[in-house]
Amino acid sequence: MAGGYEPKIVGFCCHYCAYSAADLAGSMRLEYAPNVRIVKLMCTGKVDTLHLLKAFEDGADAVFVAGCEEGDCHFLEGNLRAKKKVEQAKKLLEEVGIEPERVEMFNMGASDAPLFVAACNEMTERAKNLGPNPLKKEKVKP
Amino acid sequence: MIVAERKPFTEIKDSIKDYKKVLVLGCGTCVSVCQAGGEKEVELLATELRMADKMDGREVEIGELTIQRQCDREYIEPITEKMREYDAVLSMACGAGVQFVAEILEDMPVIPAVNTRFIGVTADEGLWLEKCRACGNCLLADYGGICPITMCAKSLVNGPCGGYKDGKCETSPERDCAWVMIYERLAKQGRLDKMRELSALKDYSAQSHPARQVNEAYTKPELSAAKEK
Repeated sequence: MAGGYEPKIVGFCCHYCAYSAADLAGSMRLEYAPNVRIVKLMCTGKVDTLHLLKAFEDGADAVFVAGCEEGDCHFLEGNLRAKKKVEQAKKLLEEVGIEPERVEMFNMGASDAPLFVAACNEMTERAKNLGPNPLKKEKVKP
Repeated sequence: MIVAERKPFTEIKDSIKDYKKVLVLGCGTCVSVCQAGGEKEVELLATELRMADKMDGREVEIGELTIQRQCDREYIEPITEKMREYDAVLSMACGAGVQFVAEILEDMPVIPAVNTRFIGVTADEGLWLEKCRACGNCLLADYGGICPITMCAKSLVNGPCGGYKDGKCETSPERDCAWVMIYERLAKQGRLDKMRELSALKDYSAQSHPARQVNEAYTKPELSAAKEK
């Protein structure tokens, strides 16, 4: 598995910060792990625990939510709400038997391209260390 | 509304371990508002159960369905056939809903996924507080709209007792003294004279269980009896 395993990571990114930071990372020609699939949101406050769990159910190896710095949310507290949803998702994953470290919340500004790069690399690294999503592994078993 | 909380996941998982096809049935009224057993909670629980089954290598079919109310025959009966396609129903309604669905299905197990807590209000986002004990003999008019039966640790109808300190109950520094609240409310209403009145001992006989309520104007007319006349 180790040879062929490339983690699939879903990143829920806020339009006002992380998504712009991702854009900037491209403009700056910063290199980062290509494993992240971005889902753009108008605000991370829109993220629900269910979205995070569904991503895992559908085979993601790690999931992250990237919103504005705390106190800087365009909609005042969307990122704080997202933080609570990520915490809840961690608890639910643990109940099911999946490592809670597979989901994480990050905060960054629109100009923080290096932080976006660091988040992508961090989650890719975690997913590589933890191995494939255990739900997927069950399927592969003969 | 009836406020409930979801049971611990391990307990739910254990309660349905003998079944291969389970329907998670939500209720769209009280438990939906208190975010314990509505459509979204059904989706969350079903997703969790599917993931857990996959982790355990079990093949279980988990269905999802939410009806407007599980305490009303008219909403349960249309889905009876659908429910019969499953081995068991995992109901996310309050205890009343679980029992009514079980009564209609009779020979099929209906398992509760939430614990019914109390009759309460939404005090804040994600916060519900008990307000009514359904004592069957409402006294709120005398107490400025604050229920001493629910809010006072001793359910005193003539309070306060000597145990309050700085507006808090002696049972817990977190708990507001109901009678201090009643005093302050009556003061705001200019009805402090109410505090001097002695209330009669509360009649708890109205609280016998299981309670029954009939509204004659709305009971089903007996057509055959009318014809005989």
